[in-house]
Amino acid sequence: MSLHQSLTDSAGRHPGRVAIEHPDGSFIRYAELDGLSDRFRDRLVHMGVAPGDRVGVYLRKSVDTVAAIFGILKAGAAYVPIDPTAPATRNAYVLSNCAVSAIIVAADFEQGLLDEFAENEFSTRTLVVDAAEGGLSGLLDRMQVADAADRANTVEMKADDLAYILYTSGSTGRPKGVMITSGNAESFVAWCLEVFEPSHEDRFSSHAPFHFDLSILDIYTSMASGATLVLVPSDLGKEPVGLAKLIADHKISIWYSAPSILSLLSQYGKLEEQDYSNLRIVLFAGEVFPVSHLRTLKDQLPNPRYFNLYGPTETNVCTWHEIPPTIPESRTQPFPIGSVCSHLEGIVVDSAGQEVSTGDEGELCIAGASVLKGYWNLEEQTQHAFLERADGKRWYHTGDLVVEETPGVYRFVGRRDRMVKKRGYRIELGEIEVCLYRHDEVKEAAAIAMTDEDGAVTIRAHLATLDGQKLSMIKIKRFCSEYLPLYMVPDAFRFHATLPKTSTDKIDYQALSRQD
Amino acid sequence: MAEQSGIRDEVKKFIIDEFLPGEDPDELTPDTPLVSSGILDSIATLKLVTFLEETYDISVEPHEVDAENLDTLDLITSLITSKL
Repeated sequence: MSLHQSLTDSAGRHPGRVAIEHPDGSFIRYAELDGLSDRFRDRLVHMGVAPGDRVGVYLRKSVDTVAAIFGILKAGAAYVPIDPTAPATRNAYVLSNCAVSAIIVAADFEQGLLDEFAENEFSTRTLVVDAAEGGLSGLLDRMQVADAADRANTVEMKADDLAYILYTSGSTGRPKGVMITSGNAESFVAWCLEVFEPSHEDRFSSHAPFHFDLSILDIYTSMASGATLVLVPSDLGKEPVGLAKLIADHKISIWYSAPSILSLLSQYGKLEEQDYSNLRIVLFAGEVFPVSHLRTLKDQLPNPRYFNLYGPTETNVCTWHEIPPTIPESRTQPFPIGSVCSHLEGIVVDSAGQEVSTGDEGELCIAGASVLKGYWNLEEQTQHAFLERADGKRWYHTGDLVVEETPGVYRFVGRRDRMVKKRGYRIELGEIEVCLYRHDEVKEAAAIAMTDEDGAVTIRAHLATLDGQKLSMIKIKRFCSEYLPLYMVPDAFRFHATLPKTSTDKIDYQALSRQD
Repeated sequence: MAEQSGIRDEVKKFIIDEFLPGEDPDELTPDTPLVSSGILDSIATLKLVTFLEETYDISVEPHEVDAENLDTLDLITSLITSKL
């Protein structure tokens, strides 16, 4: 079943049910959402968007955004969600990189985007949506009057056709596009339905932005169940008291986010003032959840089932573990990432690609239906991401070191390389360094991740400047914010005459990590 | 206004001491963007709000915790004086 089929099916079975709700009061029923996405499909096809094309989605989260995504899928194209909070330069790079043939963009982002494209000489077809001018529906009405589009047929995607491309941090300084097929996404959604057994009575949170793969569970599992998806706007997403209220007021039954948001809610959200009787499942993924924080949260919210989910964007969730009803006070070790999902297989290998003995540490590799097709236009990186084995299967290198602590249950040990998770966000330290090197005054730069006593990750940048002087923190942070999303801007800076080197003249990261 | 510039200096001192140790205070001007430029991340913003509430005996509403109200020393000072 194509991804968009879940919407059409639910529209057939529950046309009057609310598909999406936004705290600003806006909402849309299944039948209307199906209809609006059909109209967007028609417009895209009329504009020449063909199956296999990519379409950029540069909007804040809204009812229109979901309608646009389904319209794109119905046209047989892949959607490329853009981070509205990232610098326009980075976003323009993404859109050019995968050569989108159309972009739907919010009116207030349009100018910033066009400014970038003058440089890239990239011509595209842009659809500008303005909430004040009737949003997507208003736009489609006006375009229909000016240049009527015929009704187009919905394209049935095959399993190998691209559904979306999610761009993640790249160690070379440029983000890389993870290509996810319709088959990849469908197999993952089928697993979600099997494990969480949602019904049309459920109310799913949509906390993660649409360019993060957590959104795939939110959107498509909700659609497939005929449930209601409650959109959490990005500014509210980190405001604990307002967010705590939203979850209660909108009677969310299934919550999914990074652990750091749950810690924030637990510490600052004043949860005791709200009614969470509707909350039945809490899902968390993206980083380790410190046990003390999880224990406190479970004391505050004892009713729901809690699940630890693990998996890179390249596979979506690939292992899962249900947290036991009570957590002993004596437990300090984080919970395991758990067992491999039923639609996938996992093996643990050494640096030579050989399976390790049970109980030994090694890198987790995953094969199966939801493993990515590849990185967009990056043949070499794609090849290096997979392990070749005699069985002929494509085993994806997660880059995470694990240990099988009990049969079939994996515990996370650490990363193999220079990628870190900070508050659930994936960061390649190399990408931060490339940005620092762009600064005229910087001679050498090294970014390292530190962990404070609460278990929170911070990024420290070590710099050596051309004239040996310190730089203003304010100036260098502002500089970074022009190239990097805010969560990648280093938290602290240290200045050196020159950075310490190893015996082979490479920057000595170990030595820098040992400095306090 | 004397009262306003006194408040602005107190807030500036807190921000420098707490979040920008070693920074030249002259770099932090009344209109330097703080939240929107990553100088104050979300945790730092919450710590700032706690400081403002405790120091000036005011209440900052959840919907006021954003760049619109807290992005610069001038905006922060306006917010405080509007609640005194």
